[in-house]
Amino acid sequence: MTESYAALGFLLGAFLMAGGMLAGAALLRVRATKKSPLKDTTYECGEEPVGAAWMQFHARYYLVALVFVLFDVEAVFLFPWAIEVHELGRAGLIAIVSFVAVLMLGWAYGVRKDALRWE
Amino acid sequence: MSALLRGFVYGLLVVNAVLLTSAVNIWFERKFSARMQSRVGPTRVGPLGLLQPFADVAKLMSKEDTVPASGNRVLFTAAPLLATVCALAAAAVVPFTPDVVAADLDVGVLWVLAVGSITTIAIFMAGWASNNKFALLGGMRSIAQAVSYEVPLVLSAMVPVVLSGTMSLSGIVTWQSEHLWIAAWPLIPGLPAFVIFFLAMTAEANRIPFDIPEAESELVAGVTTEYSGMKFALFYVGEYAHTLVGSAIASALFLGGWSGPMAATMPWLGLVYMVVKTLFLFFMITWVRWSLVRFRSDQLLAICWKWLVPISVGLVLVAALWVELVPGVH
Repeated sequence: MTESYAALGFLLGAFLMAGGMLAGAALLRVRATKKSPLKDTTYECGEEPVGAAWMQFHARYYLVALVFVLFDVEAVFLFPWAIEVHELGRAGLIAIVSFVAVLMLGWAYGVRKDALRWE
Repeated sequence: MSALLRGFVYGLLVVNAVLLTSAVNIWFERKFSARMQSRVGPTRVGPLGLLQPFADVAKLMSKEDTVPASGNRVLFTAAPLLATVCALAAAAVVPFTPDVVAADLDVGVLWVLAVGSITTIAIFMAGWASNNKFALLGGMRSIAQAVSYEVPLVLSAMVPVVLSGTMSLSGIVTWQSEHLWIAAWPLIPGLPAFVIFFLAMTAEANRIPFDIPEAESELVAGVTTEYSGMKFALFYVGEYAHTLVGSAIASALFLGGWSGPMAATMPWLGLVYMVVKTLFLFFMITWVRWSLVRFRSDQLLAICWKWLVPISVGLVLVAALWVELVPGVH
């Protein structure tokens, strides 16, 4: 329990240092004497930006996210088993192999369907 | 309360150590890459150009700090902060000697993976808040890459957990000091798991050959296109911190951390071992950076999903089989 407070303290220390760098630079920075609306536009190779960048994106990103959730949840289930491998013994091993086998079946299906291939 | 204070002091110390190492490394990397390309590198600022990183910081401080008018100011400012803090926070559970560890969490490995993956959100935040097409593309690719490489990273980090039966990083290092380095024995889940962890960690830190989020030649500067001054510098600190802390974690998980000859009797020697191992891995990443070219996005995902994921799943099962069949692992 006390160790979690130490982790929190570490987080605070890191935050203070990085935030201090930003705040210090904001205080010390050399201020520009001229203001111009051109300075505040986004960079688009010297041309005037065409429309906003906030638009639709390709569906393949969605597929990657979907498969990621699948495997990340698998990892969440594997961790509790991983620290108790010795105690759970052979029964635990059989259970986990069948669990992973079902998941890898899904993986094989995805690969065969070219769900993860980008062209 | 004392634990909070201890964590805080360690936090300040580790952050400063990382900043100093980054500064020295920037100089070293410039010299090293120059030698690889038959140049001499920085020579003007200080002896051998040693003060170059400090000159760079002074230059960045004097730059005007612009925020795109059409972007989101809050997220734009928060992104570099979040990227750096989360990259540094993973160092909280790294044991430097048997006794020196900021926070010896029971779920150390989970902590590392959890805070490490938040940097992905920070990078996407930067890409989105800029309202710039290059930045958004970089952010999106970065999500696809980081999310994919998260899977082999998590699974290969599970191999030491299975073998040692604990998720605390100091516990894993202690286990290795009583047995052998996990990268060396058992050789079959150990060594490939180390290689996969190292690759995935490089990808998570967006270093070449996995630097798709920046990809200067196609995306201008990727997510950092609109950044200038100290915010830009923080992104770079964050990237170096991620690489350095990642190297420290890889050496704790697979290369025995502080363990080595005589480390049990002389704790300071443990610190030396840990630093040498970490800097060696850090140097490897620099070396790779100047030797290889960038992967294409689709190749990047193919390597991950078709090879690294199934192999790392297999390695976890082999490790479990090892624990089951070989007596005296625990």
